[in-house]
Amino acid sequence: MSNVAKRQTSTLDKVLRIALYVCLFGMAAVYLAPFLVMLLTSLKDVEEIRSGTLLSLPSSLNFDAWSKAWSGACTGSQCEGMAPYFFNSFQIVIPAVAISTLLGALNGYVISHWKFKGSDVFFAALLVGCFIPFQVILLPMARTLGWLGIANTTTGLVMVHVVYGVAFTTLFFRNFYQSIPVELVKAARLDGAGFFTIFYRIILPVSTPIIVVTVIWQFTQIWNDFLFGVAFSGFDTQPVTVALNNLVNTSFGGKEYNVDMAAAIIAALPTLVVYILAGKYFVRGLTAGAVKG
Amino acid sequence: MNKNAANAGSGATPAGRPARLSLADWMPKIVMAPTVIAAIVCIYGYMIWTAVLSFTNSRMLPTYKFVGFDQYERLFMNDRWMVALSNLGIFGGLFILICLFLGVMLAIFLDQKIRAEGAIRTIYLYPMAISFIVTGTAWKWLLNPTNGIEKMMIELGFEDFRFNWLSDPDMVVYCLVIAAVWQASGFVMALFLAGLRGVDSEMIKAAQLDGASTITTYRRIILPSLKPVFFSALVILSHIAIKSFDLVAALTNGGPGYSSDLPANFMYAHAFTRSQIGLGAASAMVMLGCVLAILIPYLYSELRGERHE
Repeated sequence: MSNVAKRQTSTLDKVLRIALYVCLFGMAAVYLAPFLVMLLTSLKDVEEIRSGTLLSLPSSLNFDAWSKAWSGACTGSQCEGMAPYFFNSFQIVIPAVAISTLLGALNGYVISHWKFKGSDVFFAALLVGCFIPFQVILLPMARTLGWLGIANTTTGLVMVHVVYGVAFTTLFFRNFYQSIPVELVKAARLDGAGFFTIFYRIILPVSTPIIVVTVIWQFTQIWNDFLFGVAFSGFDTQPVTVALNNLVNTSFGGKEYNVDMAAAIIAALPTLVVYILAGKYFVRGLTAGAVKG
Repeated sequence: MNKNAANAGSGATPAGRPARLSLADWMPKIVMAPTVIAAIVCIYGYMIWTAVLSFTNSRMLPTYKFVGFDQYERLFMNDRWMVALSNLGIFGGLFILICLFLGVMLAIFLDQKIRAEGAIRTIYLYPMAISFIVTGTAWKWLLNPTNGIEKMMIELGFEDFRFNWLSDPDMVVYCLVIAAVWQASGFVMALFLAGLRGVDSEMIKAAQLDGASTITTYRRIILPSLKPVFFSALVILSHIAIKSFDLVAALTNGGPGYSSDLPANFMYAHAFTRSQIGLGAASAMVMLGCVLAILIPYLYSELRGERHE
């Protein structure tokens, strides 16, 4: 290859390289723009929103919309802002995540190391639970919650999230525990160690990564849930997503987009923080169930 | 079953402690029992229950007066349902195609030893961490016909720029596509990027030694080996599309009229607010049928693949 030709390909390479970066950063801007607009809008007052455009900067930092969204905006008939619903969501999410993760760990441990007749068939049957459209269980579940006397309660919502989350958590733990050598568990059994001793001493100490993945996955799923929230919660037990939707669709007088946007960011904040702090585990959770069946 | 358990037990525990042996044998089953019961009742039992309801004339409360396929007949005579179904076709089709296209493209681009890859990846994927309700709220404002993108373009000098899809019954479904693609395409990118990183590097080196260009290498070697990822992405995306409910609720609330309804919204409206439980149940069963039509071939090929390994 002559020198000239080499120089030409390297110039072409450079141009392509620049085009590549332009494309990638351009797309990054597209993905970021909606959040930026939300943030900017939430810091403007109503007058500025009317006169400016989406990306125009607020003249001064104005946090009125934020305080109204947090504690004064009307969501349906009540005007207490997002705060009570924000805490409702935590009251639903924390027990639901804890219970479904624990059950998933135990189930995964059984399915991969204490197989019994039918455990594999059951696992396959449970996987279907990951995929059914939940519309198909809404009506019977509503009746059941009524009979149990926990309709419209936090307890009821926790139960629903646990029942339909366990399929995923079991899948996560099972796939992870498959990689622990069977011999290790067998040897411990020969030494007379029981079911829980092995779980405690051998399995649990190596489970940290999969516990993190599962907790993050469940936290995101349950925090972001709307369907179960809107179908099964009462006025005072609504999760934050339902409250946000009510706030945005309640219009007394003029529309306050700045309050809407502040409320939306408040509702998104916990999962965003988790994503930014532990993005690696978040992605692993997303791809874990997907790529490897 | 008992014989099996006894065999396993005698291999696992030293003889001479029979009491503990039997408890240890039962422990896995006891631990799994709550999940087994919950799955049998709350997945399969409820599915059958909904199926039964779909054959009754239940309205505000479930009744068990059977009317055969009447509800399904009513369903497919119902204009709102047909709109929802055709919306699902348009929304699902475009959403899946655009997400796959963007996802593959961005993954390949990011795979070229890009500086700041981590940061860019983080930006592409963050919408996946937030709720569809938040996404809907944000895009409702961005796509707002008077104050949103339209106004921004006019101020930028494009006087005739019109963008009122959100209030146009024929175009509103494309607003759903835009918002959903924004939320989920980064996820498809992550799936494919993980797949690209798993491709055998020896194979790529061999191709390059043979003089294959980058594009040929991708087209002939790398992309074909990503078929399983492609398949998974397809299943996950169609699953998201069929279950889409929150996005419609937040972005358009089904409107204008019912022009942007999806089946999930139809089901919820009829079963929970319009006192048409029988009709709602029938629509839920049709949704289940759609999911199974996609899922069964997928699971079948996955299981067959595993056996071949």
